[in-house]
Order: sequence, then C-alpha cells, then structure tokens
Amino acid sequence: MTKNIMIVGVGGQGSLLASKLLGHLLLTEGYDVKVSEVHGMSQRGGSVVTYVRFGEKVYSPIIDRGQADYIVSFEKLEAARYVEYLKPDGRIVTNTQEIDPMPVITGAAQYPTDLVDKLEKLGIAVDAMDCLALAEQAGSPKAVNIVLMGRLSKYFDIPVEKWEKAIEDCVPAKFLELNKKAFALGRDYAA
Amino acid sequence: MKQLMLGNKALARGLYEAGCCVVSSYPGTPSTEVTEEAAKYDEIYCEWAPNEKVAMEVAFGACLAGKRAFCGMKHVGLNVAADPLFTCSYTGVNAGLVICVADDAGMHSSQNEQDSRHHAIASKVPMLEPADSDEAYRFAKLAFAISEEFDTPVIIKMCTRVAHSQSVVDTGERVVPEIKPYEKNIAKYVMMPGNAIKRHPFVEERTRRLMAYGETAEVNRTEMGDTSLGIITSSTSYQYVKEVFGDKASILKIGMVNPLPRQLILDFAARVDKLAIVEELDSIIENHCRQLGLEVTGKDVFPMEGEYSQNLVAEKLGVSVSPVKSLEEALPGRPPVMCSGCPHRGLFYTLKQNKCTVLGDIGCYTLGAVAPLSAMDVTLCMGASISSIHGFNKALGKESEGKTVAVIGDSTFMHSGMTGLANIAYNQSNSTVIILDNSITGMTGHQQNPTTGYNIKGDPAGKINLEELCRAMGFNRVTVVDPYDLAECDRVLKQELAAEEPSVIISRRPCVLLKYVKHEKPLKVDCDKCVGCKSCMRLGCPSISIRDGKAVIDSTLCVGCGVCKQLCKFGALES
Repeated sequence: MTKNIMIVGVGGQGSLLASKLLGHLLLTEGYDVKVSEVHGMSQRGGSVVTYVRFGEKVYSPIIDRGQADYIVSFEKLEAARYVEYLKPDGRIVTNTQEIDPMPVITGAAQYPTDLVDKLEKLGIAVDAMDCLALAEQAGSPKAVNIVLMGRLSKYFDIPVEKWEKAIEDCVPAKFLELNKKAFALGRDYAA
Repeated sequence: MKQLMLGNKALARGLYEAGCCVVSSYPGTPSTEVTEEAAKYDEIYCEWAPNEKVAMEVAFGACLAGKRAFCGMKHVGLNVAADPLFTCSYTGVNAGLVICVADDAGMHSSQNEQDSRHHAIASKVPMLEPADSDEAYRFAKLAFAISEEFDTPVIIKMCTRVAHSQSVVDTGERVVPEIKPYEKNIAKYVMMPGNAIKRHPFVEERTRRLMAYGETAEVNRTEMGDTSLGIITSSTSYQYVKEVFGDKASILKIGMVNPLPRQLILDFAARVDKLAIVEELDSIIENHCRQLGLEVTGKDVFPMEGEYSQNLVAEKLGVSVSPVKSLEEALPGRPPVMCSGCPHRGLFYTLKQNKCTVLGDIGCYTLGAVAPLSAMDVTLCMGASISSIHGFNKALGKESEGKTVAVIGDSTFMHSGMTGLANIAYNQSNSTVIILDNSITGMTGHQQNPTTGYNIKGDPAGKINLEELCRAMGFNRVTVVDPYDLAECDRVLKQELAAEEPSVIISRRPCVLLKYVKHEKPLKVDCDKCVGCKSCMRLGCPSISIRDGKAVIDSTLCVGCGVCKQLCKFGALES
C-alpha cells in the first residue's frame, strides 16, 4: 500500500531538505519512492508543496485530494490550505508559526483565527507545536524542517538511528549536531 | 547503483553515459537542472548561452564536428530556437544531437501552456517522452542512438512532473563513441534552395522509417490487462492511469510521440472493447487515432488545460475517488512575492509613484505586477518589453513618451533585449529603457550570464559591460542608479522621461539571495513613533506587517535594505 506525505509551507522555508531526507531514508528502507517538488516562480514566498510517496511500487509522483496520510506543514495557514488532500483518517503535523501572506499584509484579507481548533473540529488529528522556537533552541531558526522531521518520525516504525543516519547523509557535517538536536526536540516535544 | 534522482538529473546522467561532449543551453523552469547537473561532469563541456537559438546552434556545430551534443530549454525557449530546429531537421546530424524541451502544464512558472509536441510534428523531428526519471535517463541514451541511426536531431520532451520529480534510477558507466570525423558535404549541410529541395524528400522518408521503427521498438509498449477498457497514454499521464487502473485496464504507453505508430495502435484497439486517450494539453494522440478511423474518448471528457492527476483520470473515466474534509471559510491566498530586500522593489515603487506605463518582461521582476505595487502593464515574452515600447511610442508619440518605460532584467536583455534596443537606436523612438541588473539570472535559480563575468562552473569568464554596450549602440544617455536609493531613482527617472532622446537607465544591485551579498541587521520599529499610517506597507515587503495598529518587522526575513525607512515620515523604522 502506498503511503503519502505532503510537505507544505512558504517558499524559502527549507522544505526541499525535508523531502530529500525522507526520500533518502525511505529508499534505504527498501521502498519504491517518488518525490515531487516545485521550483521557479512559485518558490518566491508563495505557497509550496512537496509530495513524498513510498510503497512497493509507486506510479503517480503527486498526491491528490483525499490521499495524504500525513500533511507536514511549516506554517499554520498552509496546513489548513491543503486539508482537502488529507485522508479521512490522516494526520497533520504542523508548525504553529504564522507568516502573513501578501493579501493579509496589504489588508485585503485577515489571517484566519483558531485554525488548529477548526481543523480538530473536522475530526482531524493535529499535532501542532512552535517549531521555530524549538529550532532556535537547537541553535538555528533554519532547523524548523528537521524539528518537523523529528516529530513525523514518531509516527513511523523506523528506528531513530536510521533517521539520524539519514540526517548525517543529507546535511553538511558542521551542522550535524545542531540538526540532531533539532530532530530530538521535535520528536520528544511534550505539549 | 540505485539512486533517487530528479528527472532532470537523470536525463543529465543519461547524457553523460551516452558520451555527450558538448552542452549549451539557456535556463528556463522546468528544464534548468539538466544543464546544471551535466556541468558537474568534468568530461562534458557545458555552457549557458545567451539564448536558446544560440544554444541550439552551438550544439549543432558540435555535433557537426563529430561529438555528441545537447541543448536544453523550456517550452517557450523552443519557439526561440525554432529557426535552427526546422532546418537542422533537413541537414540532419553528424554525431548525435539531442534537444530537451520541458513543458509546463499547469503553468507553475511560465507565461503560457503550449504543447511542444507541435514543434516536433511541424519540424518533422522525432520526439521521445519519458514518464519518470528512469525513462529520462534511458531515453537520453536512446535519443543519441536514434539521432545517429536516422540522421536527425531528436527531441526529448519533459514536463514539470517528470523534470521535477525524483524516482529511482539504476545508473551505469559512461561510454564515449568514436569521434565521427567532419567531412565537407555541401549538398547535405548548405541549405540553399537547390540543396534543401533535395533534402526534403529525405526528411519525409526518414519520418516513414521512424514510424516503422516505432511500430515495434520497446519505446512504445503494450501492457495488457482487463480488455474492457484500453487506454493510450504517455508521459506523466501514464503514471496517473496506472495509479487508478493498475491491471484493470489495458494500456498502450507511447514513448515516442512523434512520429506516432499506426499498426501498433490499430492492433491495440482491436484487442479492447473501448478506447480512451489520456494526454495532457492538446489532442495529438487522439487526433492521430481519429485519423486512423478509431472511435475514442479523449478531450470530449478531459480538459485541454492544466495538469492531470490520478483523481482527474478516475473521475473522467467513471472511477470513484475518496471523500475529502474541508474548511468552510475561504483562506487568504499566498501568491509568490518579491523577496525581502529584493533590489527590484525600490525601482517598481518609483515607477508606481510616477504613474508610469510599464512594459515588462520575463523574470522575477514580473512580480512587480502584483499588488500592492501593481507597477506593470504588459508581459509577453523574452525581450518584448524593449521592442514593444518602441511600437507603443511610435503609435502615440509625445502622449506616451514622457510616462512610459520598458523594464527588463540583465539576463533577459542579453537573451533578446539587445535586438530590440538596436531597433530603438536605429529607428529612433524617444523611449526609456530600464535594465534591472541584479547581476544574475534570478528566477530560474541563479545562473550566470554574459554580464556577470562568470561561467556555468563559477569560473571567471568574459563580461559584457552594459553601459558600454548601450553607448556603442548609439545611446547618449545611459545612467546607473542604486534601486535602494528611492530619491535618486525618482530623480533619474523623471530626468530620463523628460529627455528628448532615447535613454537607458541601469538599475544595479545584486540579487539579495546571492551568497556573496552581505545582509544588514534587520530594521526595528520604534512603537512610540509609529502612528500606523501604513506608508511602509505600500512596498509590499513580506517582512512588514501591521499588528495592533503598528508596523512589525519579521526579523527572520528582513535583510536591512532600508527602503521602507525612506518612506517613514515619523522616523519609526530604525536600522
């Protein structure tokens, strides 16, 4: 059975490293893997989506509405934007950080309130935390992606050591300790 | 070795293993990484050419000299390179010549959604269409073999979902074929009428031979399953069909989309009860089937526009899809925006304040059209800003000259802005052209160009001086401004619009995302001074928002460019 992880966020937040890490890990676990990314115009501060799919044999490189087992979101509004892609029993893992989109900055729209509550009212399991604070605690605000990966790892039957090995393979050596710390902070965070 | 590879990287690997020696391309999403990845192999000479026409001609020259050559581009780039393409179809090749064109169904990063298969049909050049990274890798090698066997350039058509998806590739070793010595052959290579007339029948015969090849070659394959429904498909659409139907339908997967086979399709049709065609964009396979007298379901249910997906294929072919949960409230959109500290922002703010009519061009700065700046009137294609301001001003004269500008980036100017500028210099319209020189090709992810002084590998290279170039073309008025300095931008713009002759303004500051660009400390808001007038918000900077009636600066985004500070009359923004 193919499993589907959607990584969503704002262009420039580092979702490509998260998908690289997942792709690398899942391939070494022996799965067929497909990862689909967005480059170019939409990356410039726009809403960005990366699809990660794995299983015995994966055909489509994208995830469609109603198909995601997990939505991993770098920003709260983006988690809400893609909720239609979640399976009825899917789970959202999200950073609670709010980044105003241009319509909010210009005053044409308001940043929606109580998004996590509204998602939970739909019967969705939402695992929300301030990943930016945890990343800063680990040593860099850029480690939000690895904090989220740490959190996501809780829901997989893959040993922590293998996740850590994948981090080792995907990030420059000088940032390894920082990223391992970020991973642990995400994984062990208690609400 | 099995690796997870981006489709574009896999294609580059295929080029490498096929012994490709020369690569010349112009960047364009979603094609750029093919050439960037090829440049990582020391055995391949790689370069960024000023535009796609030049790139294709460079690759043609290299193949003529006897070494396998390649050029890559996005779909609209092939329009620029159509001129050499149509005639090198006639000359054929010496060593193999492979061209990659990457379409962008869904327009993730493009100005139109054209279907490049039309170019292959019109130029009578074979086109291969991979459906994942492994096929991109294998088709690159196959393309060189076909090119040499059939004496033709070969196009590999990628699309966003194949180019920018990673899937598993099992790579091999590089094998370099022997150099094919160049031999003078005027009848084959000098395409003047007397020779070209004799080459055209060769092209028609070649197409017949290629069609016969496609009838049995592995590149087109039949996957028989349940025969109540037969689906003919290609590219990423094949993946969606497999996802939905598995073996509950029979599939004819087309790998060579030009020329299309006949007997293979007729035989497949005879084995199934119903026939459906699943292809993104135009109805090319479908029209071919109809010409063969087959009854098919195709664009009568499928859209001509946008990307397909597994749910779309399911719904259109009568298969149910999973229910979805959704929020009732409408969420604010998040369109792409100019980055914090983008040097284009100050210039566009100045254009807006001066109520200019702005003829725009292709690049990051096209985002100048987005609210709140909304400082662009037109964007058409590469280089069109300069050519069309000339037409605009010739049509309206004094009425438009004093308030109309063309804006174009440094790379786009080199691509096809120079010829338009030559027209202004020659036919003398009183036009004001602004070159937005951010010292890099920005939108496609930082490629070097002839104005930056570095080549694709980051090594020092020739550097064209924009000021000297414009002066040499006959422009007496060439002024350089710093777009972070709003007062200076305003003064120079007013001065050049008022001038009674053509002029060029070079708005120069490197892209803020370049690694060598130093960022200043984020600005701070003095809440006692901020009155919430929102003057700073008129810039559309993603670092600034209003919370509880006061400006707030996001310190993780702000790079301290200080442009907003120049707009604050209350001194509330501090460095």
